[in-house]
Amino acid sequence: MADSVWGPASASSAPLANTRPRHSALVRVTHWLTTLSFLALLLTGIEILISHPRFYWGETGNVLSRPLFTLPIPASRATVPTGYGYVLPDQNGWSRYLHFQAAWLAVLTGLLYTLYGFLQGHFARNLLPDSAARSPKRLVAAIARQLRTRPGAADASSYNVVQRLAYLLVIFVLFPFVIWTGLAMSPAVASAFPAAVTSLGGQQSARTLHFFVTIALVVFFAVHVVMVWRAGFRARMRAMITGRPKDSL
Amino acid sequence: MSKLSRRALITTGFAAAGVSGLAIASRLAARYGLVPPDSGGLFGPGETLTYAAQRLLTRHSMAREFAPSQISKPPFPNQVDKLPDNFKRLQAGSFADWRLVVDGLVARPASFTLAELKTLPRRSQITHLACEEGWSYIAQWTGVPLAFILDRVGTLPNARYVVYRSIQPDWWESIDMADALHPQTFLTVGMNGGDLPVSFGGPLRLRVPRQLGYKSVKYIVSLTVTDSLKRFGKGLGSASPEDGYAWYAGI
Repeated sequence: MADSVWGPASASSAPLANTRPRHSALVRVTHWLTTLSFLALLLTGIEILISHPRFYWGETGNVLSRPLFTLPIPASRATVPTGYGYVLPDQNGWSRYLHFQAAWLAVLTGLLYTLYGFLQGHFARNLLPDSAARSPKRLVAAIARQLRTRPGAADASSYNVVQRLAYLLVIFVLFPFVIWTGLAMSPAVASAFPAAVTSLGGQQSARTLHFFVTIALVVFFAVHVVMVWRAGFRARMRAMITGRPKDSL
Repeated sequence: MSKLSRRALITTGFAAAGVSGLAIASRLAARYGLVPPDSGGLFGPGETLTYAAQRLLTRHSMAREFAPSQISKPPFPNQVDKLPDNFKRLQAGSFADWRLVVDGLVARPASFTLAELKTLPRRSQITHLACEEGWSYIAQWTGVPLAFILDRVGTLPNARYVVYRSIQPDWWESIDMADALHPQTFLTVGMNGGDLPVSFGGPLRLRVPRQLGYKSVKYIVSLTVTDSLKRFGKGLGSASPEDGYAWYAGI
C-alpha cells in the first residue's frame, strides 16, 4: 500500500488526530519565528545587496576589479557603475542592524528546534523517510510516485517523502550553509576562524555563495507556499497555527 | 493541588527564573564590557549579542595577513566628502604642520607631528579592508601601533575606550580597549610601500583591521581616552550610530 511511505497510515492515525496536535507546539512556534526572521533577512539582504550588486570570486573584489557577474539593477551607491542614470536611496544602516538581529533570532530558534528534533525524536519520526523507502531504489520510486500525486488529504497527517527530503535539505544543508557563508564575511569571525573563510575560497567567494544559498532558500520558500496552497491553504495554515487540521475541534 | 494551579505555578516559576536570569546576564555583560554603546533601542538585543559573542570569542584573535602577491592592484579608494580648507592648507605645506593630539584619561597628554610619529617604531601588515557595502581590497599598511602611542602617553587604569576624530567635521569613531591595544590597530602613515595617499586617508588613518572599513577613519587629528562614551556626541559611541549604522563593525 502506497501509504507506507508516508509514515503511519493515515487511516490508523485519524483517531489520534483528535487528541494529538498535527504539529507540536514547539514546531509551530519555531516555524513562525523562522518565517519571521527569514522574511526580515531576505528583505534586508536585498537592501544591503543593492549597495553593491556585483559579485566576485576569491578574497577581494571592488569596482576596479573584474566581477564574476553583475546583477542588472540600479545601486544605492554612486561609486558603482550600473548603467542607470540614478542612485537608489541608501537603506543600509537599519537593514544591517535588522539583518543581524534577525540572524540571531534564526540561529537561536534553529538551535532550539534542532535540539528538540533530536531529543524528542521529531527528526527520526517525522522527517527521516520511512523505513520502507530507505533503500536508494525504493526512495527514487517513492519520490517518482509522489511527484505524480497532487498533495492533499493523504499527507494531511504526515509528511510525504518529497516533503521530508526537502525539509531535511533546508534544515541540515541550506540553513547551516547560509549561516556559515554569512559569518565568513565578518572580519572579526575571519580573524578567529580563518579556515571558515579559506575553505570557501575567500571572503568574496563567501559573499557570492551566500547569495546562491539565498536563491535556493527563496526557491524552497516559493515552492513550499505553492504546495501549501494546492494542498488546502486554510487547513494547512490552521494546522501550523493551532495544531488542529480541522476546525471542528 | 489541582493540575491547573500546579501548571500555573511551574510556568510562573520558569518565567521568574527566566527574567532574573536575563537580569543577571545583563548585569554581568555590563560589568565585563560586553554591552555596546548603541545597545538601546529596537536593534539593541542583536547588537549586544553580536558584540558580547565576539568579545568572548575574538578578543585576541589576529586579522588574517596575506602574501605580497595578494595585494589588490589597483586598490579602490572610496569617495570622500569635499575636504575642508584647513586640510588643504596643511596639504599645501606637505602636512609638515599636521598634528595628532592625544588627551583624556592619560598621564601625559601629548601632541605628535607626522615627523615625530615617523620616528616611532613602525610595523607593516598586509590585511583586508572590507566595506559594509560588500566590496573589499588587500593592501600593505605601515604605521605605528596605537598601543605604542597609548603606552607613551600612559593610559590610566580606568580607560575603556579610545575616541578618534577626523579633520572632516562630524567624522569620529571609537573603539574599546581590546581593539585599541590590539597589535594590528595602526596609526597608518604608509600604504603599499609609499606614503599613504590622500584618497586612502593620508596623511594619517587609523586602521582597525578586525572591523569593517568605516571604523578605519581617514585624516586623524585627535585621540581621546575615556571611561565612558556618554559625553561624546549623542552618547551612542560614534558618528555611525547617529547615522543609523552599528557602532561595533566586527559583525
